[in-house]
Amino acid sequence: MTAVQIIRSEWTKIRSVASTVWTLSLAVVVTVALGMLISALSRNQFDSMPVRDRLAFDPTFVSFAGMSLGQLAMIVFGVLVVSNEYSTGMIRVSLAAVPRRATFLFSKIAVAAALALAVGMCMSFAAFFLGQAMLGPHAARIGDPGVLRAVLGGGLYMTLIAVFSMGVAAMLRSPMLSLGILMPFFFLISNILGNVDATKKIGRFLPDQAGSRIMRVVPGLGDDTPYGPWGGLGIMVLWVIAALAGGYLLLRRRDAQ
Amino acid sequence: MIELAGLTKRYGDKVAVDRLTFAVRPGIVTGFLGPNGAGKSTTMRMILGLDHPTAGDVRIDGRHYAQLTDPLTYIGALLDAKAVHGGRSAYNHLLCLAQSNGIPKRRVAEVLDTVGLTAVARKKAKGFSLGMGQRLGIAGALLGDPRILMFDEPVNGLDPEGIHWIRNLMKSLAAQGRTVFVSSHLMSEMALTADHLVVIGQGRLLADTSMPDFIRENSRSYVRISSPQRERLLDVLHEAGITVVEAGGGVLEVDGGKAEQIGELAARHGIVLHELSPQQASLEEAFMQLTAESVEYHAHADPGAAAREWGTGWKGA
Repeated sequence: MTAVQIIRSEWTKIRSVASTVWTLSLAVVVTVALGMLISALSRNQFDSMPVRDRLAFDPTFVSFAGMSLGQLAMIVFGVLVVSNEYSTGMIRVSLAAVPRRATFLFSKIAVAAALALAVGMCMSFAAFFLGQAMLGPHAARIGDPGVLRAVLGGGLYMTLIAVFSMGVAAMLRSPMLSLGILMPFFFLISNILGNVDATKKIGRFLPDQAGSRIMRVVPGLGDDTPYGPWGGLGIMVLWVIAALAGGYLLLRRRDAQ
Repeated sequence: MIELAGLTKRYGDKVAVDRLTFAVRPGIVTGFLGPNGAGKSTTMRMILGLDHPTAGDVRIDGRHYAQLTDPLTYIGALLDAKAVHGGRSAYNHLLCLAQSNGIPKRRVAEVLDTVGLTAVARKKAKGFSLGMGQRLGIAGALLGDPRILMFDEPVNGLDPEGIHWIRNLMKSLAAQGRTVFVSSHLMSEMALTADHLVVIGQGRLLADTSMPDFIRENSRSYVRISSPQRERLLDVLHEAGITVVEAGGGVLEVDGGKAEQIGELAARHGIVLHELSPQQASLEEAFMQLTAESVEYHAHADPGAAAREWGTGWKGA
């Protein structure tokens, strides 16, 4: 039994269910379309903006505005890839075929992460270029300092969100429970914690707040974030590692059901 | 060869599988019999390394399941026909299993043909009937051409044609020298397919015996007699040294196949008989009696008593 065999098998699994296609295409469509819309609106409003907002205007980050919604589809993708095994009972067949838990889980996650990375990069570049086209005279160029890093970072961020969701789903097993926790967390709770003064200092260490730092080219005025773009991504990676470790330990300990 | 040694599974206080020790040998169909909830499925899941035993050990050809390289080529199992992603086609379901164990792609088409699903190979599994699901599960078990096959309640939900097909399949697999281990809660089903029987109740081993031995020891034969001259008949039988049991409703029962002897005795004494019929208690009854005792023993404090006493208890019944 080699890793290549298992990876080939997991690729067959992931490409042969409809949910893969619709979650990933939804993520791309929502992120790009919403990014274009916000970019177009920003262009129209730029002249009426206060000076301090104009100084802090970050055309790259504006074109990524759709990611906060698009990431929800990425979360659904990550959750379903893992929890499908449990909700269908397929896990028993899968683990009978691949009894080594680490090989099974990490091959599955490697395949899903590679696919998420490919889609995430396409999404990030598409959102950037189409968003800049909408921004017209206020657009950034890919060669500007920090812009390429932000665009690549957008693809990495989407991948890490998906992998984090896979780790959480491996721990919780139930798709409904996993989505019921992850969706409100990333859409509401994290934003609230990150914007309320009392909790801001903790909120910015949450995976999405820390990870999305890499997509900013122009830091906000008075920005006192204690980490840089790559530092933020590193914090997010730590969260992902923790989720995967938890998922693996529980998979190894639990009976397969 | 599957070998269980003291295999035990506890869920909290409840003992699902209790120190099971037996071996499943090649070349025959071994029936794994027990009422619902006896621990058959849990035992099978432990054999496949899916559930962790609380104590004890189970080995496949001398090795633990997790140590097998490409396990589907050693042991194929059908545990639950519904354990399939409904959105995946039968072909892709089998393909991902084949790829994970380095089994050539052509085997997928071969096993689909064996189980008769070639026509629906590209259809999503959620549209399958229970019978088609069972066939897909069996295709998965056969995929790696394994020497050991394990089926959990394979005839559940099948139509008579499907049941007939599975029985023949299991017999032919065993005839090829493979180890076939099949569970059921129906004694009648086992009587038709199994060469060897392992009976469990409440997670405990109740019998590990060949099918002919089980039949011989458990199928009580007796003669049913009814007569208007009941008292005279009783006297005559008593004089001849034949033990009679009164079965109620004026019917008498005599153990053993003594119908001719009783008929001749009655004729010699001029006794009218309304009924004189040889009877055979069904295996189903024997099985129910056997497992009912396991429930009864369960209440006793000494768990060893059940294991010691079943041997005498059910043989005399």
